[in-house]
Amino acid sequence: MPVQLIHQRFRSFITQLGEISQLLMESIGSFRHQRPSWKDFLYQLQFIGVKSQSVVITTGAATGMVLCAQTFLQFHKVKMDTATGAVVSIGMSSELGPVLAALMLTGRVGASMTAELGTMKVTEQIDALRTLAAHPVDTLVVPRFLALLASAPLLTAESVVVGIVSSWWVGVNLLGIDSAYYLVNMTRYTDPPDVLTGLIKSLVFGAIIAVVSCYKGLTCQGGAEGVGKATTEAVVVASISILIINFFLTLFLSRLFYS
Amino acid sequence: MIEVRDVTKSFGTQQVLRGVSLDIRRGEAVVIIGRSGGGKSILLKHLIGLLQPDSGVVRVDGEDITAMNERSLLRVRRKYGMLFQMAALFDSLTVDENVGFVLRRQGLESETEIRRRIDEALDMVELPGIGNKMPSELSGGMRKRVGLARAIVYRPEIVLYDEPTTGLDPIAADNIDRLIRRVWETLHVTSIAVTHDMKSARTISNRILMLHEGQIYSEGPTSEILESRDPVIYRFVNGISTPQKSE
Repeated sequence: MPVQLIHQRFRSFITQLGEISQLLMESIGSFRHQRPSWKDFLYQLQFIGVKSQSVVITTGAATGMVLCAQTFLQFHKVKMDTATGAVVSIGMSSELGPVLAALMLTGRVGASMTAELGTMKVTEQIDALRTLAAHPVDTLVVPRFLALLASAPLLTAESVVVGIVSSWWVGVNLLGIDSAYYLVNMTRYTDPPDVLTGLIKSLVFGAIIAVVSCYKGLTCQGGAEGVGKATTEAVVVASISILIINFFLTLFLSRLFYS
Repeated sequence: MIEVRDVTKSFGTQQVLRGVSLDIRRGEAVVIIGRSGGGKSILLKHLIGLLQPDSGVVRVDGEDITAMNERSLLRVRRKYGMLFQMAALFDSLTVDENVGFVLRRQGLESETEIRRRIDEALDMVELPGIGNKMPSELSGGMRKRVGLARAIVYRPEIVLYDEPTTGLDPIAADNIDRLIRRVWETLHVTSIAVTHDMKSARTISNRILMLHEGQIYSEGPTSEILESRDPVIYRFVNGISTPQKSE
């Protein structure tokens, strides 16, 4: 029966992809029917944006320092020590910053969103919302979607800046790279499109986290076990989607900016 | 007011509703009885469009709600209030915010007027002054009463009750029954409840429909159904698990 199983899995995958796309379109289309609630948006912005800072800063700093050390160790062999700053800066701005910040947000924010909406689903709170003539997308999805769209680029920028500063500190104080050369090479080789690439990616990743997490929460079934399963699936699906889409975004944006 | 015609509903291979047809007139107090797992709550959710049937039609004031999408249904649902089995209060909001949810969301009235209507609804369910409490601080009976206040605060035409007395002690259950009766009498709503609590059915209804094996088995005035000698109804009403030799 493996063919049947593959067919079933493929069908389920296509159905979910369709439903996630539909949720995305409904979230965008929601503005025609209902103005988003400022109160809910600000609450989500505080939860997603403000409270995720420690996680994102730590990730950025750790990544910047490790990347600096590894790059230096390799470049030192060919006497290119001062190019370390450029590699770290471009890597952090366009790839590692947005991807790692998005993965951390998936774990911290996406999981929490799915668990919250999933619990609301299994305790009939979402049905209650519907009986009160409130659309779940307008009330629950849109504030989270907007808050993630606003927070993800800012958190990514924060992560990138912290990563670059910490790599500079490691490079200059622990590895003995000359500060002036480090900074000059970094600014010479890092172009605005590198930074823009990272910010565009973070915007797309924010949308993915919001839509996948909300979808998994809203379609959660069963009791506590169902909520747990939906939360795990949300983190896995969002993380894998981010990694795969990152590759295509890299190709697309590099063509857009450098061709 | 509500017409249900030949509604069927299956979940996987299990067919829960097998061609249910019923009519509910404006101002009635109807109770749907039937065994646990027999599809009563599923049927109730079809009446408000929370579930869509596999086939059949549900009409509310002549409008077929089975053909509507979620956004169109929002307009129809303004006619309804619903009390859920476990109350389904929004656990991140206070009692006050739960009860005033619809009023504040619609934004049609001043905060003073909203406040007055919330207090009026909480007074009606005999829970004045608890607006600042969170749902987690309330007992099961209190949660149901807050759920009832939330369902009636915007003066719906139809109020649905899903197992309103399940999980409550006899006194709390009697209290809920009295409130349901009072809401029906004072607000002149159409009251539709599903329950397997016969004492509750006697108190809150003037007509009973019995759902049996996925279909409406019998219907009639409350006293007639509760005193019926039909073996299926008799066994259910009197809680007899197997057919008795004397029957």
